[in-house]
Amino acid sequence: MVRRGGARRFASTAGFYGLAVLFMLPTVFVFYWMITLSLKPQIEATAYPPSFVRFSVSMAGYREVFTKYPFLLYTWNSLVVAAGCTALGLAVGLPAAYSIARWRQQRLALAILVARIIPGIAYLIPWYIFFRQLRMVDTHAALILTHLIVGLPIIIWVMISFFEDVPPDLEDAALIDGCSYFGVFWRIALPLVKPGIVATAILSFVFSWNNFLFSVILAGRETRTLPIAVYNMISYEEINWGTLAAAATLITLPVLLVALVAQRHIVTGLTFGAVKQ
Amino acid sequence: MYPIAYTGWMSLQEWFVSSVTPPRFIGLANYWKIILGDPRFREAVARTVYFTVLAVGAETMLGLAMALLFNREFWGRGVLRTLAILPMVATPTAIGLVFVMMYHPTLGVANYLVTLVGLSPFRWTYSSQTALYALALVDVWQWTPLIMLIALAGLASLPREPYEAAHIDGASTLEAFWHITLPLLRPALVVAVLFRAIDALKTFDIIFVMTQGGPANSSETVNILLFNQAFSYFNLGYASSMAVALFAVVLGASMILIKVRRTASW
Repeated sequence: MVRRGGARRFASTAGFYGLAVLFMLPTVFVFYWMITLSLKPQIEATAYPPSFVRFSVSMAGYREVFTKYPFLLYTWNSLVVAAGCTALGLAVGLPAAYSIARWRQQRLALAILVARIIPGIAYLIPWYIFFRQLRMVDTHAALILTHLIVGLPIIIWVMISFFEDVPPDLEDAALIDGCSYFGVFWRIALPLVKPGIVATAILSFVFSWNNFLFSVILAGRETRTLPIAVYNMISYEEINWGTLAAAATLITLPVLLVALVAQRHIVTGLTFGAVKQ
Repeated sequence: MYPIAYTGWMSLQEWFVSSVTPPRFIGLANYWKIILGDPRFREAVARTVYFTVLAVGAETMLGLAMALLFNREFWGRGVLRTLAILPMVATPTAIGLVFVMMYHPTLGVANYLVTLVGLSPFRWTYSSQTALYALALVDVWQWTPLIMLIALAGLASLPREPYEAAHIDGASTLEAFWHITLPLLRPALVVAVLFRAIDALKTFDIIFVMTQGGPANSSETVNILLFNQAFSYFNLGYASSMAVALFAVVLGASMILIKVRRTASW
């Protein structure tokens, strides 16, 4: 009797893990395929039937990415834009979120929700005109400013809920003791929401890093970011799959690593705070 | 602090409002044109909605099924959560590129796997019949985990009592799911689905990288059509009116979202 119960439990556990693997296999496989393709020499990358486990490892794809294309410049551009966008986003977003949370400015909160919802392309047309008139196309500044429209609403919205959790009594006490409003914000509220700042900073960085739509129009030869570089590789008829996969891996890997560090908060940001983890 | 932040934020808005006004005023002519005189736009709208319903529908069912499966204590929960996050943060351009290679009709691994299961190979994004479905599949791959994570969070907050009562009353697992789990989970699910729908309506990167709206416009959504109008034909005024139209559609979906957020509290 006991043994049969044990067997049944074993069967159900095995069934569960079987299903779990089945569901998660596609997720893993795409990344696995990307990385293995990037390591295969050209002949094996386009071999049919494809080899899944056994293949010879070659770094030719990666070498090609760096020698044939100015990939370091693109990486630098992506880094500058993402870091700039995040820094500026925090500088503007944190005080904004604090004031919305502290003085319960519901209308503004709603406006930020709308800003998140507006299709990016609706901003792109006026920006294109605007930055061309200012001769700012192909500058880092233009990219940083446009990427802000994606990053800023997320920073503000997620931070509102963090600031709302700061006990108002603490702030009132500081005010009575002669602290200025800015002092309260800087010395009391900010240190308390540090985890939120880290999470939103990472999210804003990832969104800027991944941005394609704004950069494809506003980045020129000098400021091309990684997603645009990869897109151009396809349109320049780059047929070497190893090279393409190597480029894809190089773009994706940093984001994946960053995401692993901050995974707890990423869902909060992606759902715009609809689910608090 | 507040006025500075507000001004900074509003200045971002101001650019949008001031420069969207076309140089030559033609009133609502553009709008009449897109609504009445442009079959390509109408097809793109239908395609966008179809794509969204298809992708988000599949994501919801799969995501919910996965959430129900994973809603228990098990070894590897952390790994699951990590895996679920990866597709969502991965650069869409890079993912699109990888799928282009996997979808290759003669050399791609997708067709190899399909034939392995015994089906006949597809032409994926290379045929006008299947392109939209192949693109929706990429969206499903990327975003099913989001629905799963939201549903999991919803499931974790469900009370125990109704299930005990139902168990005493002799309800089956399926009945309990249908009459207890689903209604209680609805607010979380509705928010998840709407968020996904709003973003799916705006899908751009994947489609632009993988098919550019082709073959033969078969995957041309509103976003792609309007991007080409604006930056290939520089028909900025016309594209702007399409952008406003797209915004109206998305806003419609969002209004429901805001309403739901307000009524639901958890």
